[in-house]
Amino acid sequence: MFVVISILFLGIGVGYLFRKISLLQHIGQPIQYTICILLFLLGISVGGNPEIVDNLGVLGTQAVLISVASTLGSVVMAWAVYRYFFKEKEEKE
Amino acid sequence: MKGSLIVVSFFLLGCLLGWLDFVPDWISDSDLSMYVLYLLMFQVGISIGSDKKLKEILHSIRPRLLLVPLATIGGTLLFTSLVSIFINRWSFMETLAVGSGFAYYSLSSILITQLKEPTIGIQAASELGTIALISNMLREIYALLGAPLFKRYFGRLAPICAGGATTMDTTLPIIAKYSGKDLVFVSILHGILVDISVPILVSFFCS
Repeated sequence: MFVVISILFLGIGVGYLFRKISLLQHIGQPIQYTICILLFLLGISVGGNPEIVDNLGVLGTQAVLISVASTLGSVVMAWAVYRYFFKEKEEKE
Repeated sequence: MKGSLIVVSFFLLGCLLGWLDFVPDWISDSDLSMYVLYLLMFQVGISIGSDKKLKEILHSIRPRLLLVPLATIGGTLLFTSLVSIFINRWSFMETLAVGSGFAYYSLSSILITQLKEPTIGIQAASELGTIALISNMLREIYALLGAPLFKRYFGRLAPICAGGATTMDTTLPIIAKYSGKDLVFVSILHGILVDISVPILVSFFCS
């Protein structure tokens, strides 16, 4: 995990040093391509794991329930925090 | 929307190829995805570093930003404990252990499988680990694909809280796109703190 964060900060340093080069302002598109590659590789590891594929029905239903609940819980709390602690301050600024 | 569909189709194509065993071993056996993640991190870093508003963002860090990871952890645990009522196969604590993965599927699934094995046996522990893997992968996928919807209905912080432990790496570009670049540092701070909470909370709920 520390490697990932270190690389991120290395990128920030490089980006900051070379911020005058206008090409760097258009890095959004190559980022999109890299995300596609990562999800393609994630798909390969899911599809190629027989333990996951064979038990997908039972395990998957429980996993869907937990993932939906956890994501929904977080966004609802995010709404509350945004509503009461962020929105007013943004409007004042 | 078109971008999300392209991303999903890449994932589904990967699933199909993996299932058909149509992939050369050097791809599935290697750490390729780790290196691609490093490349992504470097690109994201460059996009932050070369951002002309960087200094403004750094000056905007405040204690109230800690409320964002607290919302993620609190909301996840609250709603996961509610859904545990409907899952009879696993105990309240076991369901919460799966929820505490916060989309960090690799670590949470390995931790759960190993920590639960002495008490519930290897078969049940592997099953719970697999659920943690699928559930937290799904959470990452929801965070990647649902970001525009979460932002529309629950505000700008929602894509960050949905992303859990992934908001400083894999979901960061999506968050930057939909929540706005000024929240990139909130997202990184959030990701780091939630990330640290994963091993702590998972171990606690497995004990």
